[in-house]
Amino acid sequence: MRKLLNTLYVTMPNAYLARDGENVLIKIDNEIRFRIPVHNLEGIVCFGFAGASPGLMHLCCERGVTLSFLTEYGKFKGRVTGKVSGNILLRKNQYRWTENEIITLRMATRFISAKIMNSRAVLHRAVRDHPQVVDTTLLTDTMKNLASLAKQLQKVKDLHTLRGVEGQAAYLYFSAFNQLILSQKEDFSMSERNRRPPLDRINCLLSFLYTLLTHEVVAALESIGLDPQAGFLHRDRPGRPSLALDVMEELRPHFADRLAATLINRNQINANGFVVKENGAVIMDEKTRKEVLVAWQKRKQEEIIHPFLEEKVPLGLVPYIQAMLLARHVRGDIEDYPPFFWK
Amino acid sequence: MEKRHLEEDYLLLSGIQHMAFCERQWALIHIEQAWAENARTMEGKYLHERADNPFENETRKDVRVVRAMPVVSKKLGLRGVADIVEFYRTGDVLEEVTVRLKNRKGWWRPCPVEYKRGRPKRDDRDAVQLCAQAMALEEMLGVKIEFGFLYYAQTKRRVEIAINQQLRTRVEELSSKMHQMFADGKTPKAQKGKHCSLCSLKEICQPSLTIRHRSVKEYLAQMVDLEVKDY
Repeated sequence: MRKLLNTLYVTMPNAYLARDGENVLIKIDNEIRFRIPVHNLEGIVCFGFAGASPGLMHLCCERGVTLSFLTEYGKFKGRVTGKVSGNILLRKNQYRWTENEIITLRMATRFISAKIMNSRAVLHRAVRDHPQVVDTTLLTDTMKNLASLAKQLQKVKDLHTLRGVEGQAAYLYFSAFNQLILSQKEDFSMSERNRRPPLDRINCLLSFLYTLLTHEVVAALESIGLDPQAGFLHRDRPGRPSLALDVMEELRPHFADRLAATLINRNQINANGFVVKENGAVIMDEKTRKEVLVAWQKRKQEEIIHPFLEEKVPLGLVPYIQAMLLARHVRGDIEDYPPFFWK
Repeated sequence: MEKRHLEEDYLLLSGIQHMAFCERQWALIHIEQAWAENARTMEGKYLHERADNPFENETRKDVRVVRAMPVVSKKLGLRGVADIVEFYRTGDVLEEVTVRLKNRKGWWRPCPVEYKRGRPKRDDRDAVQLCAQAMALEEMLGVKIEFGFLYYAQTKRRVEIAINQQLRTRVEELSSKMHQMFADGKTPKAQKGKHCSLCSLKEICQPSLTIRHRSVKEYLAQMVDLEVKDY
């Protein structure tokens, strides 16, 4: 499998990125603070206002390193990439497929079944690991309901109904989500999923993790030659990485939701790391963001057995593997898309 | 083989070495546009830096060394850059193999030299690239080229390659296969073998997955624990 390279996250707002030969430099007040050879990097993500020299951008384009700019709260602003790459024939087929109702429904069903089953697996893990602490009845019921929704999904005839089933599943899952929080329960609880703005700390944390995941999936799709904007389940909307959001569905529970719970349960982050505005909107502070980024990078190194390839791979490669399998399917190498199931 | 290709249909001459090595590797690079740099390809890049400078030409007595010479063959439909073309001065005209050079006295005999990292290979992928360059030069200069050299960085030796009929036929076959595959736009399945371990695109290619993979339908059924409906 492709080597898992690192993403460099730049969180200091006064950082400036520059190039020295084959190296990426991070300067603060004109002083070199960090230096890394570009071939060790897959992407650079700048939070807040981090400047970058044209020379560095040139290097990134040449080496296929994605350089992204996010606001300090993780909202995506833009990205520097090289030329449009990959196989136009593959992309055209992707566009044709996204216009085809039957194929669109099949693909959407794949993403969402995996999402529902993976959400169910997250709850299952909580029951298995902490049967004394969690409300097993609630969780077992939710798991049952999720399984039956996954079953319903197979009979769905149109996208509208499918979205309805997905909505129900998400509602059930997030209603039970508080059960995963074993410590700091008073400070961390959620009543529903909300994001614009997030109204509690868990939602704030989840939104941030989803942003990180989006970045990875977009990069994976692009590097495999698929257009991250042309999705199946998510409708086209300028600027929205619909296909990335589609693929993310199956990855969210394990990649983001579980990590969020772990960070809280291990007391790696705490209530003080969040600012609650007068209107209830919640924002994460810089120290907490850093803590989350470190945990994210660490999680990507964890090894799992990929359920379809049956090969041991680091978790960070899963978005690339799914992008590759998706491209294989669009190209006709394999007869269907095997989404990622976490067991 | 009197076919002439249109300029817009030209393919990269250097691709012929990939084609000779593995059809799928060629397709991944030239059709899929997937390119994974590995240590080996990077080395090659540095090695080429000097040979690639088109302004660093030199003449030593009776040898003129021209670097980075753009070459094209309309017959093969290939274009590229020859690392080095050496011209040897001969006092007299030699039938078919010498040319005049602008502002220089005498007759000159062209000979392509291709730089390679590593050592000589068991297969003919380096030789076919050199031969394709020679065939392009023949078309452009109106001469016959009977030999060329492959220079190997690791052994620091030149190997003389005879541009014979057998090699020329192989080049013609490979280039017409390239054009045919490019027109079809299809990437062939992998032919898994020993050569896969040397390939910089192994991660992208996933040879074992293209040859045989699990049934996705069974996988889905097993994972969702439900019957998967056919559409």
